[in-house]
Amino acid sequence: MKPMHLVRAFNGIVWREMLRFLQQRERFFAALVRPLVWLIIFAAGFRAALGISIIPPYQTYITYDVYITPGLVAMIQLFNGMQTSLSMVYDREMGSMRVLLTTPLPRWFLLVSRLFAGVTVSLFQVYTFLLVAYFFGVELPPWGYLAALPALILTGMMFGALGMLVSSTIKQLENFAGIMNFVIFPMFFASSALYPLWKMREGSLWLYYICIYNPFTYAVELIRFAFYLEVNWQALAVVAGCLAVFLGLSVWAYDPSFGIQQRKAGAAAAA
Amino acid sequence: MKGCVEPAYQRKVGRRVVDGPIQGYLWGKKPGPRRPPGPPRKIAMQKETPKSEARTPVLTVKNVSYYYGSKQALDDVSFEVFPGKVTALLGPNGAGKTTLFSLITRLFDAPTGRIEIVGRSAAELGSRALEPLGVVFQQPTLDLDLTVKQNLRYFAALRGLARKDADERMMRALDALDMAERVNERVRDLNGGHRRRVEIARGILHSPKLLLLDEPTVGLDVPTRTAIVRHIHELARADNVGVLWATHLFDEIEPDDDLLVLNKGRIVARGTAKDVVAETGAGDLGGAFRLLIGGDTEEDIAA
Repeated sequence: MKPMHLVRAFNGIVWREMLRFLQQRERFFAALVRPLVWLIIFAAGFRAALGISIIPPYQTYITYDVYITPGLVAMIQLFNGMQTSLSMVYDREMGSMRVLLTTPLPRWFLLVSRLFAGVTVSLFQVYTFLLVAYFFGVELPPWGYLAALPALILTGMMFGALGMLVSSTIKQLENFAGIMNFVIFPMFFASSALYPLWKMREGSLWLYYICIYNPFTYAVELIRFAFYLEVNWQALAVVAGCLAVFLGLSVWAYDPSFGIQQRKAGAAAAA
Repeated sequence: MKGCVEPAYQRKVGRRVVDGPIQGYLWGKKPGPRRPPGPPRKIAMQKETPKSEARTPVLTVKNVSYYYGSKQALDDVSFEVFPGKVTALLGPNGAGKTTLFSLITRLFDAPTGRIEIVGRSAAELGSRALEPLGVVFQQPTLDLDLTVKQNLRYFAALRGLARKDADERMMRALDALDMAERVNERVRDLNGGHRRRVEIARGILHSPKLLLLDEPTVGLDVPTRTAIVRHIHELARADNVGVLWATHLFDEIEPDDDLLVLNKGRIVARGTAKDVVAETGAGDLGGAFRLLIGGDTEEDIAA
């Protein structure tokens, strides 16, 4: 395989995803409105009710809307990851996945390219959200916007890989709404996105344990620390590890020799 | 060379190279010219292949069996597809055509037997073996929200073609299929026949040596089907492309096409279409097919 072939194929996959995104404007606005509702309505109410003490990476007291911003950024990326899942199930049902899988390119390369394509879209959404949030008073360190970029790429890939793994198990497009309920909301609520973990521990010990085993918590913390020009090494290790596991399982699921795609085809043929 | 019927189906596929103009008659209909006289129109851009290479198969399927759990989908299937020839694959519902196409396109791997595309095995080379392969699926696979050009450029990128080269090939392929003027239209705005033509243009964009067509004319009206059949036969002859065409429509098969009849996972007849008909003693291809699969209703035939 010539390197230029891989470059052109990668560009083609990212370009197609961007084109699809630009033509689905409602998808962009939905992705933006959701976190803004949380920030402007939910956080505004809690700003008065919930005090955030000084915890790393914060050097001083912060308002609740500042605290919740990394969680909302991660939420955008999680939704986008699930959108990747939806998009892949749609492609499979519409047949365009077959076009991708019958090209002379390794499966892992195709999946990683799709991941990057999804992350590119999610970064566009995240930075638009941060711009709007800035005008609502959420100010982050100026260099934090840039420093968070590697963290956002990593977390975006982890959620994309999770979406890809989920897509390999969804048989029909109609099942996506169920997945939304069973994956997105528990992950988001049982994490440090809305409340600090120490506060969670005070409220409920078992909920605290759920939170510390939730990869979403570590994605939020990785982004939170990156905004303040710090690296949370534990979060980095967990996010990278989860990315490797989710991606490995996705490649396996889409492998023509072993994957569950084959078993599903068999089930359909036997029916 | 005679066609053959089970149990003598182990015999070699009969074939001969056809260089002349299209004979162009549908079975049971009076022969007649379909297009003005003249040389066949070039569709793709491959150079002519020397005659000495013409007998090297572009697809070899050897002793392939496949099971879904305990259910056998393919039973020791072997055949070859040669360059410059259209090989029709006929079979009723559940015969194993889709499984066979999935194995050839490596949507999943064959655990037994061997599949080679232009002499290269996917089991050994992985996805790289799919390089000389073009596919037109039965299911529509174009992105409806993108234009014809965007769809084809996306596919060209997946095949590693540079933008300028891709655009040139795209215009030639679309022109050959009378679709050049629709290049900037969204696929959603095209009718079924035009979408099919775009899919075929995409399938030949990278000048494949082997073209797989999985019932590409399903749901199309007769004039569109006839035009597509003509294009594919021209393509095979003019550019020396080997074509494997799964179909259940007998009028898409020309007498000199190679024919494989698949029933319950086994190849029950093969040879040139006219020889298979002659061997069964049936009056036409439909009759021969019914005899071979032991059924006589439309449901048996519909794929």
